[in-house]
Amino acid sequence: MTAAFVAGADVPLKRRLKRAERARQFRALGLVLPLLAFLLFTFVVPLAGMIWKSADDWEVPQVMPQTVAALEHWNGQGLPDEAAFAALAADMRTAREAGTLAVAAKRLNYIVNGYRTTLLSTARKLKEQPAPGTAKETMIGLSPAWGERESWTAIKSASGPVTSYYLLAAVDLTRNADGAIVAAPPDQAIYRDVFIRTFTIGFGVTALCLILGFPVAYLLANLPTGRSNLLMIFVLLPFWTSLLVRTCAWIVILQSEGIVNGSLQWLGVIDEPMRLIYNRFGVYMAMTHVLLPFMILPLYSVMRGISPAYMRAAASLGAPPATAFLRIYLPQTIPGIGAGCLLVFILAIGYYITPALVGGAADQMISSFIAFYTTETVNWGLASALGAVLLLSTLVLAVVYGKLALGRQTTGGLKN
Amino acid sequence: MSANHSPQTASQRFAWMATVVASTLVFIFLMAPILAIVPLSFSSSTYLTYPLPGLSLRWYEDFLGSARWMNALKNSVIIGVASSMLSMALGTLASLGLAQWKSKWKPLVLAIVLSPMVVPVVITAVGVYFFFAPLGLTGNYLGLILVHTALATPFVVITVSATLQSFDMTLAKAAASLGAPPLLTFRKVILPLILPGLASGALFAFATSFDEVVTVLFLAGPEQRTLPREMFSGIRENISPTITAVAVVLTVISVCMLSTLEILRRRNERLKGNAE
Repeated sequence: MTAAFVAGADVPLKRRLKRAERARQFRALGLVLPLLAFLLFTFVVPLAGMIWKSADDWEVPQVMPQTVAALEHWNGQGLPDEAAFAALAADMRTAREAGTLAVAAKRLNYIVNGYRTTLLSTARKLKEQPAPGTAKETMIGLSPAWGERESWTAIKSASGPVTSYYLLAAVDLTRNADGAIVAAPPDQAIYRDVFIRTFTIGFGVTALCLILGFPVAYLLANLPTGRSNLLMIFVLLPFWTSLLVRTCAWIVILQSEGIVNGSLQWLGVIDEPMRLIYNRFGVYMAMTHVLLPFMILPLYSVMRGISPAYMRAAASLGAPPATAFLRIYLPQTIPGIGAGCLLVFILAIGYYITPALVGGAADQMISSFIAFYTTETVNWGLASALGAVLLLSTLVLAVVYGKLALGRQTTGGLKN
Repeated sequence: MSANHSPQTASQRFAWMATVVASTLVFIFLMAPILAIVPLSFSSSTYLTYPLPGLSLRWYEDFLGSARWMNALKNSVIIGVASSMLSMALGTLASLGLAQWKSKWKPLVLAIVLSPMVVPVVITAVGVYFFFAPLGLTGNYLGLILVHTALATPFVVITVSATLQSFDMTLAKAAASLGAPPLLTFRKVILPLILPGLASGALFAFATSFDEVVTVLFLAGPEQRTLPREMFSGIRENISPTITAVAVVLTVISVCMLSTLEILRRRNERLKGNAE
């Protein structure tokens, strides 16, 4: 083979290889695309839609377009001009006939309590008697609320197209009549407490899982493979058992005529049944049970990879066992502890079913409020805003988890 | 690296004993719900307490004879099978693609593909509910199958990708060098070897759908209520012994799935051992 021949064939071959590789990459992308398109439709777009709903302010512009237009140049000082009053009366008549006034009334009632009544009763009276004087006189005559600046700033602040109202409300803030961000009135300022409660329960469950999971993972990692595989069944079987089954079982065990109370009363330890469920204790018990495998599995996979030689070396150098454990073994388990804790915490703060079934009213986490505003009161804006805050917290933690887990080249034991 | 633990000093022995005792207590904690509920389902009494006054199968008869529970079982199976098949198809294709695809966008695509696993289900459920309701995808099977597929696919991708990672690509190259077209190589060489991995993926997908209740709460009409959904209302109202029977049936199904998975895992390991 001469050098010239090799050099001559070299270029096209390289190009051919490159072309083949490009075709291969194209095919590979083509295989991923169906799933991406599917997830776009069933997951990404719905989530984006939810986030949009947390800022979308469509009700008032759609129901009261003339008023919104009339208020566009109102500076928010004093009362708006006669045209705005006339526009409001016209909008009310149209909306009442179309049956859409209640939608706007509901939106405005979030800003000023009692707005709903004002709006609906004014609209009703407006139909009964034709206006003799100016629109302004008529409206204020029908309800003195129209003579207050607050009623008009409410419409202006809700005139879209986007609002910060829901997102601010989700963190207990609101805007006053002048548009400044202030603390929400105490009867509406409940969400910060709910978020604190959610994170408190998350931390508590994570700590419990770590305390309970660490010895188990250590035991499993240091037993001979055969025996540890056998004992692993005790971790995996509950893991695979339906969440509803486990929750149901905890109620059977902990309720006032349940197994624990029954046995304790039979033994004469207590006279009255203890309250073990439908309170915080029940939530911790059931959630720790559900999430414990998510702690044990990543811990186990890390501990399994720690060579016993380090501990032997420490011992041979004269370290007492406790020192060797704290200074040599424990630091090597940190990646597992980090991954396990993050995973449990991420899953815990999103929990809905377990607290809903075994918690009391004071133990409901943020998810249950999201569900409540979606299905019960149909305040979709607030549901979306609370969802957006929870989603953001989760994603930030998930990114940290991803960095941690990728660093270790594992999937972190997620159902694995 | 599973060196036998051989404690030497007294304090080491004590620490090991403490670990064993603590772990035993945790194992009891982990198994307690299952151990508590199984005997109760065979009780002849309507009260969920021990000691059992007598044994009977009446709650299982109740379950099997109830149109409501049977309809729920049917719904769970329909939605579970359909969504696991769909997520298998989408997830396996994507895993095959992801194994070969090299791009700076890959981490982002991977993050999107795996995100349904991380995002709290209630958020997914609310988002999908807002999006599906105007499209007429609530109150029917299709909407539920679609969202369960989205939730199950990450598990398929993880399982199948792990299998592909351990797959010896030289085998595919050997087949290609002997003149086999790509599709034939896939069917005759790759598929038989990754089949256990695919089966585990399908099982994960089915289990995800079979146990899912949050999206069902939002999307299902009265006709599409699944087993977990019926259990949810049952637990909310008043736990009847029939629920314990359903719970035991579900647990038996979990045991079957877990055993199948373990068999598949062993088989996969054996195949890997042969390939190496």
